[in-house]
Amino acid sequence: MASSELEQEEIRPPQPPGFLQWIRENLFSSIFNSVLTVVLLPVVVFIIYQVLVWVLFQANWKAVTQFPLLYTVGQYPRDQLWRVGFIFSGMILMLGISWGRWGGLLRSITLAAGGLLLVVAILPVQHAELTLNMRLYLVSNIALALVGYLIGKKIPIKSYLIFAAWFLIPIIGVILLAGFESSTLIPPVQTTQWGGLLVTFLLAAGGIVLSFPLGVALAFGRRSSLPVVSAFSTVFIEVIRGVPLVTILFMFSIILALFLPAESRIDRLVRALMAVTVFSAAYSAENVRGGLQSVPLGQIEAAKALGMSNFKTTIFIVLPQALRAVLPAIVGQFISLFKDTTLVVIIGINDFLGIGRSIINSDPEFVQLRTEVYLFMALVYWIFSYLMSLASRRIESAMGVESNL
Amino acid sequence: MALQTPQKTETTAIPFYRDERVLQIAAQIISAVLIFILLYWAVVNFLRAAEARNMTLSFGFLKEAAGFPISNPPIEYDPSMSFARAFLVGLANTLIVSGAGVVTATILGTLIALARLSSNWLMSRIALAFIEFHRNIPLLVLLFIWYFVVFSFVPPIKDSLVWPGPIFINKRGIYLSWPRLTETGPVFLIALGIGIVVAIAAFSILRKKRQETGKKTYFMPVSIGLVVISFVVGWFLAGGSPFWIDTPSLKGFNFQGGMRLTPEFAGMYLSLSLYTAAFIAEVVRGGIQAVSKGQIEAARALGLNQFQVVSLVVMPQALRIIIPPMISQYLNLTKNSSLALAIGFQEVFAVGKIAINQAGRAVPVFALIMATYLSLSLLTSFILNIYNRRIQFVVR
Repeated sequence: MASSELEQEEIRPPQPPGFLQWIRENLFSSIFNSVLTVVLLPVVVFIIYQVLVWVLFQANWKAVTQFPLLYTVGQYPRDQLWRVGFIFSGMILMLGISWGRWGGLLRSITLAAGGLLLVVAILPVQHAELTLNMRLYLVSNIALALVGYLIGKKIPIKSYLIFAAWFLIPIIGVILLAGFESSTLIPPVQTTQWGGLLVTFLLAAGGIVLSFPLGVALAFGRRSSLPVVSAFSTVFIEVIRGVPLVTILFMFSIILALFLPAESRIDRLVRALMAVTVFSAAYSAENVRGGLQSVPLGQIEAAKALGMSNFKTTIFIVLPQALRAVLPAIVGQFISLFKDTTLVVIIGINDFLGIGRSIINSDPEFVQLRTEVYLFMALVYWIFSYLMSLASRRIESAMGVESNL
Repeated sequence: MALQTPQKTETTAIPFYRDERVLQIAAQIISAVLIFILLYWAVVNFLRAAEARNMTLSFGFLKEAAGFPISNPPIEYDPSMSFARAFLVGLANTLIVSGAGVVTATILGTLIALARLSSNWLMSRIALAFIEFHRNIPLLVLLFIWYFVVFSFVPPIKDSLVWPGPIFINKRGIYLSWPRLTETGPVFLIALGIGIVVAIAAFSILRKKRQETGKKTYFMPVSIGLVVISFVVGWFLAGGSPFWIDTPSLKGFNFQGGMRLTPEFAGMYLSLSLYTAAFIAEVVRGGIQAVSKGQIEAARALGLNQFQVVSLVVMPQALRIIIPPMISQYLNLTKNSSLALAIGFQEVFAVGKIAINQAGRAVPVFALIMATYLSLSLLTSFILNIYNRRIQFVVR
């Protein structure tokens, strides 16, 4: 193989089309398309212009900007805010480490988060809740992300340790946020005081972490050769999937107490979390079951032939292939779980949407500003779900799985 | 066997704790016992709680007077009627909003999917923006935006917006002109019904003949013609006036006549339709894109025109992929209609919730609500699955 031959023959990739050519091909390829473009373009420009004018000059964002703490943590005692800050910093650190370890989309997310923190920290406005301490705290988080990045980059940490840390954060977080009866350092804080994005994220993260294993268990249960187990799992999955989430939320918030001993009291937020978990688990179970069905029987037979036990075959052969095949569906389920957490408003929990509603209803002036508040809520939910779907697409292409949609 | 002395041959008896059959049965019994204990424990707790709080498990209250009003009921209702009747009103509301939502979402979703596939970049981007906006915000937020924001800018009754139709839009709702049957109307409907049945029969017979013999049978014009003929015949049988148009008009402080859609219904219907349309658009797009290009090229090479390519080659193949996820979108839409509770549209769940708040009925009412949704889901997926089976590949 003479490499000089290859060098002489210059094989160039097709050049990207020029600007004018692009316009001709994509906007004016036929008479119909030209007419469509001519009609649509002014409409789109007009709408974008109107929206921009409204957002920048006409809208009154007072109801949004006045209560940053309410939106993020709800009524959480202001003297105990360091607990929330501690968890937030922990997440920022982990985000930095993950960025250093894997890069890719995590880099964009970390940089975006850092940029947002920086912008908020140096906002040139007087704000009661944006004290000097708060600004310093926000800036120090950027430094923390960079430290995390260096750690992740320089020290070869095992991937599973990073995953484990991510899973531990919500658990440690809940313990820290709830506090202990006997402790003076972290006195208990009633969950009725929790609110805002904090509750939304807790419900979503808790729901994801808890519902996934339950879903896998139910999927195996449904495929089990034991009729009792399989019938129980099937009925469970089908009943939950057959009724709306609102029903399940009410069931856990009203009916569940009747079926437990009279003296037992389960916290309101925990009941909501249970409902979200059970609901999501039933859907995850069906996704996982689809994956399990897609694993060829030959794989299992080969594993058995190699002398692997049932348990080992399941954990090391079947499950990895099954989960990989249905990863897009599973992430899709997580996204809808995140969006579904808004339904807890109906049973009176002040999640992000709930806080927005209480702010609107707290003052006749803010009732007039509801447009701004609701659009702000929509934007925040949109950003987080869009990021999740973006992440899922990246993972899919990295793992070579194709999405159905 | 077990009595034999163990030998190093293949007849060696397996100890019972390693025997798969024994293990299976043991696991079976253990799981059955565990589930039974759990259920028993729950039931005992419940009976104790029921006694302490004076709760009922019977459905007797269904016959009692409901005692609460329902605004704009689709079937006749007043608070003195039974709770069962109130529940039926709720069910009717659920069915109406889901049915209307399914139809609108399907049409809108298909149009958006086509726009997304358009060769015009701008069109495709607009469709993408619609899809990404609706797919990534929670339905409840969308519902609040429509109900609390958009509908709050609607003018009061005196300065109603008037759209062609005429349609009047104001704070009290949307008033549509609505066709209503006259006394001779049923005659017309029966004639039209017979015409449609005959047309469908003619369509399938003639099309089968066409597929078997290859002769032109004009099944499309014939069946359309039959419907038109029955329409005209029915119109004359009914004396030329099977309908009258009920136009809403302002009388005093309120509109009279026409079809009133409450703001609650309109908000729920619009947000459900738009939200589901975004998901359906992605389903339809995926289905159409999954049809391989070779199929379309082959059809063109055979001399089929554009309409034939789409209706005979692309759609039958795309539908096979589209239908199953479409079924689950329809089911989601029906279940999501329960969010109407948040804005006070009185469908099954909202009606049930009022009854729950009246002491002691929580469990039976809940059972009723769950049974209703379950049977709705099962019925929908049953019917659609029959259709799905018909259009799937027949493996010969």
